Amino acid sequence: MTIKGFRQITFSINSKERTLVIDMRQSLLEVLREELGLKSVKEGCGVGECGACSVLVDDVLVDSCIYLAIWADGRKIRTVEGEARNGKLSMVQQAYVDEGAVQCGFCTPGFIMATTSFKEKCHGKKVSHDEIRKAHAGNLCRCTGYQNILKAVEKSIES
Amino acid sequence: MFDLKKHVKARSIDEAIALLIENPGARLIAGGTDILIKLRHGKQGFSELVDIHDLPQLRFIKLDENNDILIGSGAVFNDIIESGIIQTHIPMLKDAAQSVGGPQIRNVATIGGNICNGVTSADSASSLFALDAVLEIRGRKTKRNIPVSDFYFGPGRVDLKKGEILTNIRISQKNYKGSSGFYYKYAMRNAMDIATIGCAVSLKTKNHVLEDYRIAFGVAGPVPMRCKITEETMRNKKVSRKLLQDISQAVEKDVNPRTSWRATKEFRMNIIKELCVRATKEALKRAGEEI
Repeated sequence: MTIKGFRQITFSINSKERTLVIDMRQSLLEVLREELGLKSVKEGCGVGECGACSVLVDDVLVDSCIYLAIWADGRKIRTVEGEARNGKLSMVQQAYVDEGAVQCGFCTPGFIMATTSFKEKCHGKKVSHDEIRKAHAGNLCRCTGYQNILKAVEKSIES
Repeated sequence: MFDLKKHVKARSIDEAIALLIENPGARLIAGGTDILIKLRHGKQGFSELVDIHDLPQLRFIKLDENNDILIGSGAVFNDIIESGIIQTHIPMLKDAAQSVGGPQIRNVATIGGNICNGVTSADSASSLFALDAVLEIRGRKTKRNIPVSDFYFGPGRVDLKKGEILTNIRISQKNYKGSSGFYYKYAMRNAMDIATIGCAVSLKTKNHVLEDYRIAFGVAGPVPMRCKITEETMRNKKVSRKLLQDISQAVEKDVNPRTSWRATKEFRMNIIKELCVRATKEALKRAGEEI
């Protein structure tokens, strides 16, 4: 039995199974940051416009600020913390480093998850600049470092 | 933290209806891209929720035995974009789905929510108006079908009674077969923006003559609307540049835009007169007409 207003959820977070008792009022963003310490997940606008809180839920890109944490029950969540393997950055992360696609860094984790989802959807097929822009239209970079981000996305799709 | 007082999860359509009757103050939540933002902004009336998020019974796109297209109210915009049925038969609805928000929003926001929240700027609404879509609404032991054009009472007010839920949207074969359509959205940005004006055109041509012409707008009035006077005037007219000019002049009598912080009435009228030309031109192109 759980206390009124609290729910028990079990989900996979970056390939680890976790069971938590959470407040039903919490967003997925709050649970990831505050309960699990995954601070890559940023709150920018809080209303699904900036994409800084983007994570993958069952490999689908969502804004975790407007996603109820209880919806994560039984699902697989991925954040940028889980993308490196054995100390080696993912191809997308490496491309962002190589192209200097990071300025202040606040939007970067969200952008990397957007690119990761885009790359997995592309299955290695060639993409246009327009397609890259459309696939990242839900992420804002207030430093306006879009050119290097574009290059990083191109590089990670090619690799 | 969202200011939620009560949250109950429905595991089926019947359970959702029962829970809505049991909790008269509750609202349905599906994708949450509107309701969770309203909650965050402290808007009243959303603190009790019946949750139909990702209910498999509502998430489908299929052809029935009569070749009518059925779209479950829980289908998300990305389902519509990726559906072979939609791409083949109603590319206009794919245009509309692609113009909604950004990728993250399109992955969770549902077409049912887009219609049921009753806003005039809903990108899917004008296409559904042009396609004479019919909504199936279920209540406890009741089931009724209502044309989408009769569903809207006013801004934010739709024909859903207590304990009723929109289950699917039907686009019958006669309304899409042989038709070509296009949805044109005008907004300040190409993504993550609300339409200043949205225009959907669906037409049929035969021997370079408009056999059927339908034009619908979002934000050209308090609710999405069809332009009946324009449609009747243009039917059986020859495809030409003159026709496009005539459409542009005729729509003025059908629409009723207003001034808001987004745009003035005059600016909206200008956009309406231009979008109807562009959307018609693109729909004609899809019909194989040259202009």
